[in-house]
Amino acid sequence: MDRTRAFLKTGLFPLLLLLVLATLPFYTPPYTTVAVTSILMYVVLTVSWAMFCGPTRYMSLATATFFGVGMYTSAVLGEVLPFPLVVACGGLFSFAIGLLTGFICLRLRGFYFAIFTFGLNELVRNFMLWWEAKVAHTVGRWVVLMDSLSIYYYMLAIVTLTILVAFLIGRSRYGLILFSIGESEEAAAHIGINVTRYRISFFAFTCLFMGMAGAVMATKWAYIDPRIAFNPILNFTPVLMALFGGVGKIYGPILGAGILTLASEVLLSRFPYYYMLLYGLLFIVIISFLPDGLVGFMRKWRKAPAVTGSVI
Amino acid sequence: MGILEGEKVTKFFGGLAAVFDVDFDIDEGEIVGLIGPNGAGKTTLFNLISGSLRTTEGEIRYQGKRITNLKPHQICKLGIARTFQSVKLFGNISVFDHVFLGSICGTATRARTMNAQRSAVSLLELVGLSARKSDLAKNLPIAEQKRLELARALSTDPQVLLLDEVMAGLTATEVNSFTSLIHRIRDEGTTILLVEHVMQAIMAICDRIIVLHHGVKIAEGLPQEIAANKKVIEVYLGTDAYAEH
Repeated sequence: MDRTRAFLKTGLFPLLLLLVLATLPFYTPPYTTVAVTSILMYVVLTVSWAMFCGPTRYMSLATATFFGVGMYTSAVLGEVLPFPLVVACGGLFSFAIGLLTGFICLRLRGFYFAIFTFGLNELVRNFMLWWEAKVAHTVGRWVVLMDSLSIYYYMLAIVTLTILVAFLIGRSRYGLILFSIGESEEAAAHIGINVTRYRISFFAFTCLFMGMAGAVMATKWAYIDPRIAFNPILNFTPVLMALFGGVGKIYGPILGAGILTLASEVLLSRFPYYYMLLYGLLFIVIISFLPDGLVGFMRKWRKAPAVTGSVI
Repeated sequence: MGILEGEKVTKFFGGLAAVFDVDFDIDEGEIVGLIGPNGAGKTTLFNLISGSLRTTEGEIRYQGKRITNLKPHQICKLGIARTFQSVKLFGNISVFDHVFLGSICGTATRARTMNAQRSAVSLLELVGLSARKSDLAKNLPIAEQKRLELARALSTDPQVLLLDEVMAGLTATEVNSFTSLIHRIRDEGTTILLVEHVMQAIMAICDRIIVLHHGVKIAEGLPQEIAANKKVIEVYLGTDAYAEH
């Protein structure tokens, strides 16, 4: 009985939400589907960013890189392989690049790690620009098109997978180990945790979701070039969204990504000229008044005690 | 042959020898105290044994095997655990999860991992933190934080335990209860090497004492021998001859 009740308590709302999202295209105009697709994309990026950066306290600024790797996979393999395999490859290539990045730079700490990852994105983008021009003799690439409904369902599947994995890791021994590394790297090493190995493998693992999302989203844009695929803005958006939502609870990054994507859609359509200005102001307000994000705000509001040992 | 041996262990920080040519040999089941004035190199020696620092020269052996310059997690997995002088707990992790982590990560074998929950519970009982098990580490008073440091090190199920000033800053009553706790841990078969400034505790607990001064071992022996050792008294209290240096 207890188990059933516990399941209902944690699982009921997400399941209902999933049901609503799965049936959404049947009773809403196509525009809604497209808008929700982009929300889902940001949720994937933000949750997978927070999955690693929340517990370990390393700030990665290379989300765009791993997303872009997925996009390019889609462009290159889109005509050769069936689409589900393309998505899987996008994830795997991202994972591989993440692993490589981890080996090179996860020995760096804090601030230096953030700068390195940002530099990495610049490096990859410029390398791809050079490669496309000098080796492939092209500027950008066409991507096999897919209808917006399929894109929507692919994204929904990836979001579900990402959140489910984040949730399970947060409750697992693995999650506890990652969290302990973030709390004190030195102490973690001295109780037998191979800190470097955990960090590198988990970093790469979170890149998997970013790559899969990239592979799907590329089909929406139809044409990509390195400037689009490795757009540096996308390095920062997930960070801001996660900060807005707050880390420490899984709903933080989800809410953050959802609300901010929605806000930017609304601002863009209502105030096309002041859009960036208003978006910027919104951020300033958020950072000044909600330093711990929505999670922190809710906690204060409900006067609930601090959470114990949860991962993201 | 002891369980933990050091041969000419040396560590230079630039031109400064923090530990120089130190030999030690610790037998299984012993409680050995490591004392010396501030800056004598006690914590550095701990860091060398536990793998936080790389040795400049010399060799450290555990159960006859060379462990010099292994990584901290490898050394822990072999069976040497340590506590930190400046408490290094996982602030936002519960007391229970500290020892649970140690049980699943330390010298864990698959069978032990299965029993991690149970061994964590009994360990908290041993150090007297059962009532605190769901509190976050950062919310504990300092004496309990030190107990948790000890419990976490023990949870890795070590053969050798390195205790770095676990009793510093505790009241006399707390020191007494810590002393009996350390005896109990030894009686269960763990070898203990401890750095301590609380002399009352050192004299009461240790089977043998090693004295370091400026990185060099200046004396070694039974507690009463050390208490009567002229060189040691000079180092601690100073003499005219020494003051001229």
